[in-house]
Amino acid sequence: MGSSSQQLDQIISKEYEHGFYTELEADAIPHGLSEDVVRLISKKKNEPDFMLQWRLKAYRHWLTMSEPKWAQVHHAPIDYQDMVYYSAPKSQKDGPKSLEEVDPELLATYTKLGIPLKEQEMLAGVAVDAVFDSVSVATTFKGKLAEQGIIFCSFSEAVQEHPELVKKYLGSVVPYTDNFFATLNSAVFSDGSFCYIPKGVRCPMELSTYFRINAKNTGQFERTLIVAEEGAYVSYLEGCTAPMRDENQLHAAVVELVALDNARIKYSTVQNWYPGDKDGKGGIYNFVTKRGDCRGKHSHISWTQVETGSAITWKYPSVLLRGDYSVGEFYSVALTNNYQQADTGTKMIHLGRNTKSTIISKGISAGHGQNAYRGLVKVQKGAENARNYTQCDSLLMGDRCGAHTFPYIEAKNPTAKIEHEATTSRIGEDQLFYCKQRGISAEDAVSMIVNGFCKEVFKELPMEFAVEAQKLLGVSLEGSVG
Amino acid sequence: MLSIKNLHASIEGKEILRGLSLEVKAGEVHAIMGPNGSGKSTLAQVLAGRESYEITGGEVNYRGHNLLEMAPEERAREGVFLAFQYPVEIPGVNNVYLLKAALNAIRKHKGQVELDAMEFLTLIKEKIKVVKMNEDLLYRAVNQGFSGGEKKRNEILQMAVLEPALAILDETDSGLDIDALQIVAGGVNSLRSKERAIIVVTHYQRLLDYIVPDFVHVLSKGRIVKSGGPELALELEQKGYGWVETETRKPAEALAK
Ligand SMILES: Nc1ncnc2c1ncn2[C@@H]1O[C@H](COP(=O)(O)OP(=O)(O)OP(=O)(O)O)[C@@H](O)[C@H]1O
Ligand SMILES: [Mg+2]
Repeated sequence: MGSSSQQLDQIISKEYEHGFYTELEADAIPHGLSEDVVRLISKKKNEPDFMLQWRLKAYRHWLTMSEPKWAQVHHAPIDYQDMVYYSAPKSQKDGPKSLEEVDPELLATYTKLGIPLKEQEMLAGVAVDAVFDSVSVATTFKGKLAEQGIIFCSFSEAVQEHPELVKKYLGSVVPYTDNFFATLNSAVFSDGSFCYIPKGVRCPMELSTYFRINAKNTGQFERTLIVAEEGAYVSYLEGCTAPMRDENQLHAAVVELVALDNARIKYSTVQNWYPGDKDGKGGIYNFVTKRGDCRGKHSHISWTQVETGSAITWKYPSVLLRGDYSVGEFYSVALTNNYQQADTGTKMIHLGRNTKSTIISKGISAGHGQNAYRGLVKVQKGAENARNYTQCDSLLMGDRCGAHTFPYIEAKNPTAKIEHEATTSRIGEDQLFYCKQRGISAEDAVSMIVNGFCKEVFKELPMEFAVEAQKLLGVSLEGSVG
Repeated sequence: MLSIKNLHASIEGKEILRGLSLEVKAGEVHAIMGPNGSGKSTLAQVLAGRESYEITGGEVNYRGHNLLEMAPEERAREGVFLAFQYPVEIPGVNNVYLLKAALNAIRKHKGQVELDAMEFLTLIKEKIKVVKMNEDLLYRAVNQGFSGGEKKRNEILQMAVLEPALAILDETDSGLDIDALQIVAGGVNSLRSKERAIIVVTHYQRLLDYIVPDFVHVLSKGRIVKSGGPELALELEQKGYGWVETETRKPAEALAK
């Protein structure tokens, strides 16, 4: 790290060789990160001064930090000066011109998932000019929500239209100082979603980042902020159930959730990023900071995630249980195949009295996949009668993969009740042969076994999402056993 | 129904079946006995299509098909059923769900309509009576935490539901108490018909009191070394396998002289 941070310092202190403003006119920024780049991003987005100041604070703080190192994740060093931090709209010039130029294996996967042709083009990054139906759908959808005072828009739009809300809540859950990747995100984030549910309103539909299409080009530094006022309810779906063609190797998103008294937020993710090829080449590094703040009494936040993508995943959706009687939940399925590595888990921080948390984590490893679960349950002094139930199950497919569990418990209040259960099961040739001997195909057998293993998590997902998740796991595991 | 000719099979380079031949006709029940390690389970697994065995010679014809060319699930759909000596545990998969998927896969193959959940439950409630199995076991994960006897009963339940044409029971009687033994035998006997053939692998004459075989074969070192009627089982019980092995060696020794 030492040498690359030296390198960073050098580059940061270096003047741009190319004329800065020329570049600006060309609507693209040279590689690399500097204070000027941060200023430029903010300027390009026409942001109010508080945003710029916040980004700058984050950037300066980032310079003092170093990349974290983890025991279970290995990756080639990331060159932060070799990235472009702003490009809008994302250049389509380097993308394929038509589906014929796209990797046929990728297309085969789309077909298996039943994705319509137009969407396939979007996902594969083919330059398409046609205006999509979804744009008009989006507008009607938004109008309907606005009638109830619900705000659901892009983050940039929120900065323009609702700066007071952004100012109040941005960074209130994940401060810009939080961790290396979150800090980097704070300095340079491009866009994301913003969602605000006013007092007493139950959002009448599942909010989503506009399905697959709009999930495209949200960029590598995405920022999401969801606020549920007193007694409000919202179910938010993030994701993309097809592997996205993406040139960005590093993704460092931040998601902040705020639930006030009696509010409830359900956040579901089904994600399948390009995991790299069978040898583990290519693929996306996914370092995400997701945190929910149960700020009010009886507030409730649940994270549900099904992850099958990326070469390296590092994420710990967490809940701060601040309000008395607040509830935090984490339901997760993480699959690693070929050479993927996943290091995921959750943190449940009990601060209020009678707070309750549940963690159900299902890790599936196949091929040479390595899956690590890391969970922290922390009960602070004042958290009388805090309860946690953790269940951590690993399913190994074949004998070259691995699963690791690291539960950490810190209880500073003697009334805390913390339960932990863990199981590991291996699915091998024996189980498959047994199913086949009963007339069931290997493919159906695998999906039966996997769905059985994951059902506690799948039942937390909205119906259509659950179906997609099942398909996705099926496709991701194809040919991995037997 | 089943015709095995000079079958050779090996695993990890080690030859286990060494020229095994056996003819089984519809309506017959064959018992296969033989010392530990003689290749009984190997035969059963090879017939079911276990991929880890390598077939190095011989042929197997099943109802006019070359059985050795069929995938395991194809064999199952065509009516080959193996009750495993060691039924496999499948965590997370409901026992009844597996059975429904199995039955429907077979029905689909036969061009019959698949059963819906209600129809299937009606059927299974009927069948479970035959094996007197605790209904709770239907809703647990396949074989997980089942007692040895429960696993064996579950195999027989599956057989009763799937109604195979050729059932191979690999030591289904091992680890059963007397009552369970009778129940399992009852299950097998209820399946006995002109159209079906059954092969029972067993170490104990006791089972053959309940399932009276048409033929008894002794397997030794990967070959059938003696065949006979039900009385052969009794003789074996008295004299042990050593008797057959020396018996069979005699002609060879005689020839050598
Ligand atoms: N994977 C393997 N690798 C090497 N040898 C094997 C393997 N599987 C089976 N064998 C050997 O094959 C031989 C036959 O085994 P098999 O299970 O068919 O015997 P069996 O007649 O069913 O015995 P039992 O009465 O104990 O059930 C044994 O010597 C066994 O050790
Ligand atoms: Mg055996």
